[in-house]
Amino acid sequence: MVDTVQAPKSSVSTSSVWQLVKYIFLAFTLMLLLLTCLHFVTLGLGIGTESNAAVDFESNSITLNLGSEPPQLNSTRSTDMVSGQILGHVMEGLIRYGPNNEILPGIATSWDISELTGTFYLREDAYWSNGTPVTAHDFVFAWQTAVDPETKSQYAFILYPLKNAEAIKSEIMAVEELGATALNDYTLQVELEQPTPYFIKLLAFFTYLPINREFYESTEGRYGTNAEDLIYNGPFVISKWQHGSRLRLEKNHTYWNKDETRLDAIDFGYILSDPTATINLFATEKIVMAGLQAENIERALANGWPIKEHVDGSVFYLGFNHREERPTSNRNLRKAIQMVCDQEELVFKVLKTPGNRPGESIFPVWLKGVEGFFRDEYPAPKHERNIELAKQYLNNALNELGLSEPPRLMFLTGDSEFSTKHAEYYQNLLKQNLGIEVRIDQQIFQQRLEKMTSGDYDIVAAGWGPDYDDVLTFGDLFTSWNANNRGLFKNDELDQNVQIAQQSSDPRTRMEAMDRVQHILYEEAAIIVEYERGSSYVADDRVQGVTRRAVGTDPDFTRAYLVKPETE
Amino acid sequence: MTELSFKPTTVDSDIEQTSRPSLSYWQDAFVRLVANKRAIASLVVIVLLLIFAFIAPHVFWTIKHDVQNLDRTSEPPWINRKAMVLPDQDDWQDVHVAAANGEHQAPTALEVVGEPTTSRVRLKWDPVPNAFGYRIYRNIIEPTEDIPLGLSMGVNETGTHVSFEDRLAIRQKPYWYSVVALNEDGTEFEAAKTIYVRPQLAITVSEALELTKAENVQPGDTVSLFWHPLGTDYLGRDMLARLMKGAQVSLTIGIVAPLLFIVLGIIIGSVSGYFGGVVDAGLMRFTDFVIALPFLLFMILFKLLFVPSGDTENWMSKFQEFLGIEGGMLAMVVALVLLSWPGIARLVRGEVLKIREQGYVDASRLLGAPNSWLIGRHMIPNTMGVVLVSFTFAVPATIFTEAFLSFIGMGVVPPTPSWGSMCNDGIRTMEMYPHELLFPALFISITVLAFNLLGDGLRDALDARMRSRE
Amino acid sequence: MTRYVLMRLVQGVITVWFIATVTFFVMHSIPGNPLLNEKAVSDQVQEQLEKKYGLDKPVIVQYGIYMWNMIRGDFGLSFKQEERPVNKIIAERFPVSAILGILAIVIAGMGGILWGALTALYRNRWPDVVIIILVILGISVPSFVFATVGQLGIVVANRMLGFELLPVAGWGTIWHMLVPALVLGLGTMAFLTRLMRTSMLEIVNADYIRTARSKGVPVAQIFAKHQFRNAILPVVTVLGPSIAAITTGGFVVENVFAIPGLGRTFVEAVQQSDYTVIMGTTVFYGAFLVLMVIVVDLVYALIDPRVRLQ
Repeated sequence: MVDTVQAPKSSVSTSSVWQLVKYIFLAFTLMLLLLTCLHFVTLGLGIGTESNAAVDFESNSITLNLGSEPPQLNSTRSTDMVSGQILGHVMEGLIRYGPNNEILPGIATSWDISELTGTFYLREDAYWSNGTPVTAHDFVFAWQTAVDPETKSQYAFILYPLKNAEAIKSEIMAVEELGATALNDYTLQVELEQPTPYFIKLLAFFTYLPINREFYESTEGRYGTNAEDLIYNGPFVISKWQHGSRLRLEKNHTYWNKDETRLDAIDFGYILSDPTATINLFATEKIVMAGLQAENIERALANGWPIKEHVDGSVFYLGFNHREERPTSNRNLRKAIQMVCDQEELVFKVLKTPGNRPGESIFPVWLKGVEGFFRDEYPAPKHERNIELAKQYLNNALNELGLSEPPRLMFLTGDSEFSTKHAEYYQNLLKQNLGIEVRIDQQIFQQRLEKMTSGDYDIVAAGWGPDYDDVLTFGDLFTSWNANNRGLFKNDELDQNVQIAQQSSDPRTRMEAMDRVQHILYEEAAIIVEYERGSSYVADDRVQGVTRRAVGTDPDFTRAYLVKPETE
Repeated sequence: MTELSFKPTTVDSDIEQTSRPSLSYWQDAFVRLVANKRAIASLVVIVLLLIFAFIAPHVFWTIKHDVQNLDRTSEPPWINRKAMVLPDQDDWQDVHVAAANGEHQAPTALEVVGEPTTSRVRLKWDPVPNAFGYRIYRNIIEPTEDIPLGLSMGVNETGTHVSFEDRLAIRQKPYWYSVVALNEDGTEFEAAKTIYVRPQLAITVSEALELTKAENVQPGDTVSLFWHPLGTDYLGRDMLARLMKGAQVSLTIGIVAPLLFIVLGIIIGSVSGYFGGVVDAGLMRFTDFVIALPFLLFMILFKLLFVPSGDTENWMSKFQEFLGIEGGMLAMVVALVLLSWPGIARLVRGEVLKIREQGYVDASRLLGAPNSWLIGRHMIPNTMGVVLVSFTFAVPATIFTEAFLSFIGMGVVPPTPSWGSMCNDGIRTMEMYPHELLFPALFISITVLAFNLLGDGLRDALDARMRSRE
Repeated sequence: MTRYVLMRLVQGVITVWFIATVTFFVMHSIPGNPLLNEKAVSDQVQEQLEKKYGLDKPVIVQYGIYMWNMIRGDFGLSFKQEERPVNKIIAERFPVSAILGILAIVIAGMGGILWGALTALYRNRWPDVVIIILVILGISVPSFVFATVGQLGIVVANRMLGFELLPVAGWGTIWHMLVPALVLGLGTMAFLTRLMRTSMLEIVNADYIRTARSKGVPVAQIFAKHQFRNAILPVVTVLGPSIAAITTGGFVVENVFAIPGLGRTFVEAVQQSDYTVIMGTTVFYGAFLVLMVIVVDLVYALIDPRVRLQ
């Protein structure tokens, strides 16, 4: 049999190649045409971000990156850190924090606070960006709005020291009953539910910011959703807010203290969460600040960038599920796990970034005590890894639980890359030392919250950031009535001590109660404190006067200024 | 003329025989596949990969994939493994001295105490007059006028505390430590003192005993540590063991899921294209519907269904244990199969539509061939070309889908690795520890290459018109 | 023809309705509540919130309300970007994704068809081998690796040149789009190259090509009129879904290059259980995809007269 079909000598010939070249040429022309069209379409839609340099001396402005976009900027309803940062730049409350975290007069020039009342005297030269004066009525309106059940504010609890606030939120009283009244345009009187020694520190929180009623009502429910649906009384105004891509702040010329604002504009030109991409922006001088992870610290060093450190104030811990049906409700099991933990190993070998401090107590080191720092006055319980002791605890736990082998535990954690490594570290730790099998349950944010709330876990990786500058912001976390106590830990002595701290106005009594709290938490192994978070970041050294803080606006550029390098 | 001239020939029956044995379509395809060297080579590679994934971890490389060694993280394979032995108890007291007199701004003497090792570097210096504290920096390049002191490792809060112990993730490479005195308000003095340190790999006596199985190891001895042929990862786990475990996950998901959804796609596509009319319209609208379903949502749903949370005793987890698959994999395969077939179905339908109009199909139909014959004999073999190409692309695409899910925290349950998630980890440290990205990426590439070449070979073998080619 | 198009459109609407229904129930069957917040609130506040967003009603009632609003073209308000209409979010984000997607698909389509044709013409010779190796490289590297490496490439190039060749991230000018579009289109380009090559090779042996060749038709003409046009057919088939997938599936690229597109919006919405945004983007995307499929089917019929539109 012979093949009758002859294969063509060659499937290629010069002319078909020429034909192809013609196609290529045509395609190329079309491509150019398309690019030009797309270019003009993009420009026409106005969805672009201009690519400014990180530091622009000519316009006296800087460019920055935002990790995420503020959901909205209605201060009565904000909950997240990014919103807090922006609000801190464009709004001002009764007080503000200075460069060294001292309390400075804001809209209030002076105040008298006694046990249950407070009077604030407001400055008369403060104006909103639309020209209307900032008055005591604006504060009353904002606070009433925040506790109004209609507003559905999730941070209303921070106003609960105000008289009747909680009752209003619970729909028992009308909003007018709130313990805040404008005696006249520039005098604000406040009544408190019970003595609240830390009340003055709360006033810097964003839920306490003023809102102009007339303007609020004119936006028909859109207040805070767009740049034009807001008016400002702080050092900056939002001049442009392109959702998803850009937020530009410009100097507020109606601000009473405008001479202290030295930058003309702060451009949040990128909304970007990818850490490597953020570093790339910094590397090409597009932004003035970028956070560093363990993975890219060496890159920053090799490039000779100035690296800075910042303690953001939050404490990370392993939370146990104390519900009865869970093995972790057994104290001996929790103690066993506590005894195999070595916080220094975690910080030095797993986190690998400087600035983190091995956790010893739920109260971080920066909290103030009676006179100095709380932790200097009341040292945290001493902890050292002790495998032998841990094994004893485990044996006791197994006897009490009636088990022959260690129970399998569910470790609930988040979906970030670090969460994985962190969970794997504990998985290995518990398996090698105690033979406890740990299953890692990685969940995206909302599902994790759901599982934490419903109690579908044994151990959860959690953290807590401070809302205000007082020990109680951490101290009341594990009380039986706190909704954030999702592991349902219950200890009567702890509850009593927290109540003492809430009601007493004597600092020593309060701090002693809090000292009991940190010891109870350790003795009961209610949680295992892992570390106090510190972060490293690279910052352009042509920008000076930036304040970083644990509580309040962070980072704070309101007093930042530009310095020209000498060599140029 | 002789008799001989007219001798009748004998009938040579051989002449009637065909020169080649009659081969069925599939036999013929097989013969041609075997003749294709590249295809056979890739088949061998695939078999090797399967051995690597499923047999090697039990036979050749029994190191566990989830055992960590926090003292040897992110090690490239070529690193020095000579370690110094340190005593088990190696505590060190902070050094406090009386305040100093003099004029100097920077510590006059800065020295390393003891041998600098990867477990700790200890520094001691002379006090600086009027200092209220010291800040200690570490850098990986030498600080100069233009290069800052580097990473701040810590602060000593008194001027008389003149020692520092660094334990933060020290590696075997040069470091420059600097000490600078602080004013009362925390600002730094003008001048700093810098010292060059090269830490040495170290382990403790008990670790060394366990490792070497030797009877006697003294502090100060040198031992050679275990070799990780492909290095280690962020938590000091053996990369080779992880790649093997990862191969199980990636190959299972990458081969099983595409095979299943391609079969599904072929069935739906060929039925739809062949019958046309109402069947076609119905099936195609269903296809459009499935294409548009959000994969991510279904993935979450299946994950919740298949990955038991608290209750580990339910039938689903038992079923998965029986199958021997890791948590999350089943969910991924199901989601992929249910939602990925429409692309193939559309492709096959398009081809079938074209083939349906060909003369030989009409001829076959006129000869009374049943539908199943037409689909099985004409349609499917003739669409094999595009289908195989799709398959060779579906393999990496599926491996990457898995990687993407790991990227957003919905992949296989840790500590089980997959090639995709290893790539994902590696990309972060690409510049500093390239081996963490290189090896998983290499394995993905080899797999993809092998499947592509095999796919090519198969296509050529199945295509009857290719008989005379190559 | 008009009737056919109309019929397809009606079917398309039904398909979209199915998509919306299935997505709605799948979404609500996943535990996780968009109103949960990191800082817990009391049960009372939780109830107040649920009432506001209508989550206190039975799912079927919620479904009815949602469908009614959807018919009127209202996708509701976002849960997470509070008080912002989903319609507006889509209107802002979609053009960005669409522009990027168009560019990517054009790069992928042109590249794929050209490379594919070339490899087929030079079958088993060096241009074929080189291109195939490049293609395999192109598909064996995940897109997040490409995106990161691509961005790093820009950083290095900018630094070496001493001026800004291309911006590292952001959105606005054509220069911002080039690298992201290339990264986005690379996988599809590789796929199309291979598809085109196979398709071309099959056609080289087709009877009509042989006939044309034996008739003495110039090779260039065979190539242009028969081979190329016919080979494009399967490519066009996959192009439809690819367009939609690329336009909305650019999460990784959008994330790395800080592009305010729809892919990012969708993934973030899923992570935050932002019901209305998930629904809005899914339905919008479904409708877009169904439309693309219809368009492709029509184009298909135009290219290939043998395919009749019934």
